[in-house]
Amino acid sequence: MAYSLKEIMNRPERITGGHRMCAGCGAPVAVRAILRALDPEDHVVCGAATGCLEVSTFLYPYTAWKDSFIHSAFENAGATISGAEAAYAAWKRKGKIDETYKFIAFGGDGGTYDIGLQSLSGAMERGHDMVYVCYDNEAYMNTGIQRSSSTPKYADTTTSPQGTVLPGKQQYKKNLTYVMAAHGIPYVAQTTLTANFKDIHEKAHKAIYTKGPAFMNVFAPCPRGWRYDTPNLMQICKLAMDTCIWPVYEIEEGVWKLNYKPKKKLPVEDYLKTQGRFKHLFHKQNLHLIEELQKDIDNKWEDLLKRCGEA
Amino acid sequence: MRNKNTKPMTPDVKWKEITPGGMIFDAGNAEDFKTGDWRAMKPIWIIEKCTQCMLCPPTCPDMSIPVKDSKRLDYDYDHCKGCGVCVEVCPFDAITFVKEED
Repeated sequence: MAYSLKEIMNRPERITGGHRMCAGCGAPVAVRAILRALDPEDHVVCGAATGCLEVSTFLYPYTAWKDSFIHSAFENAGATISGAEAAYAAWKRKGKIDETYKFIAFGGDGGTYDIGLQSLSGAMERGHDMVYVCYDNEAYMNTGIQRSSSTPKYADTTTSPQGTVLPGKQQYKKNLTYVMAAHGIPYVAQTTLTANFKDIHEKAHKAIYTKGPAFMNVFAPCPRGWRYDTPNLMQICKLAMDTCIWPVYEIEEGVWKLNYKPKKKLPVEDYLKTQGRFKHLFHKQNLHLIEELQKDIDNKWEDLLKRCGEA
Repeated sequence: MRNKNTKPMTPDVKWKEITPGGMIFDAGNAEDFKTGDWRAMKPIWIIEKCTQCMLCPPTCPDMSIPVKDSKRLDYDYDHCKGCGVCVEVCPFDAITFVKEED
């Protein structure tokens, strides 16, 4: 059935208001879009690695989740959900359970790129029928904006501060989607929030209903950590796609497919200038760093185009 | 499930009475917690200008734009935190952003 935003929005929400995420946070927008992709009659068991999403949506005695939700530690969201899935598979085999349950683990970039990478990798390798969703806000936002391996080069964070000696973080961002693609799992996707939410919806549906493990990397801006005005959430996602800093693509059974190719590739400045964490790059003595970032983005974009058979 | 305790958890509940393992049996009860008082700015929906294009409801981080029969309804001000994402995505200027009154 063709995607219709008007139809899809009639589905009951699986996550409620009253959670304590910041105003304008990108993560709950991503989470509700993913949960909307579930068929309404199916149940879901969610889990989250320690992070904003975990601590803010489930503050005892309140839960914002209408489905089952399991707390886990920072490093083991992959293991927790894969264990729940294994228990369900055993019950199903013995005929102890009739309904359909799906399994989704959520993690921030800290719990996915860094601390939870081993349990994620293990869960994917063992072939559980689950989805791991990383909402990537490019630093440890929950504890106060410390740099992670997902933080882009030259971003200002509290543990990679910009100043007279160093212009922010010194390393490039890890390309986790490539790492997950190298696991050879049935479905890997990279997406963000688009105006009609078609991309994230279709990818989430594929990820959930593809048998076996699936991984989704969702770009989810953080107004507090990136230092931009909260109303600009969707504009920043659009700029990330148009500057090719966050390309939107998927890998289905080893076949790479680019889902969005900007008509006109914008210069990276357009994206950088929207956020306070890159403000120092526009000082006279740092302008050459922007050129360096642009070169890196161009190279990575060329590489992706080749992989997707577009170049 | 055993040890089912659906008694409301309020700040005066003693530690001996809380649910084992910190389990919550009332799914989605965060709705009872009103985050509307976080608001500094307030979105106002201008019905006459709205074309029901449905671009704003999915962008709300607080599920505060209810949808019924493919049409958006007025804001759920109990939970809206006033981030203004919906104001910015509206192509028809059908949402204004004003200062919250005390």
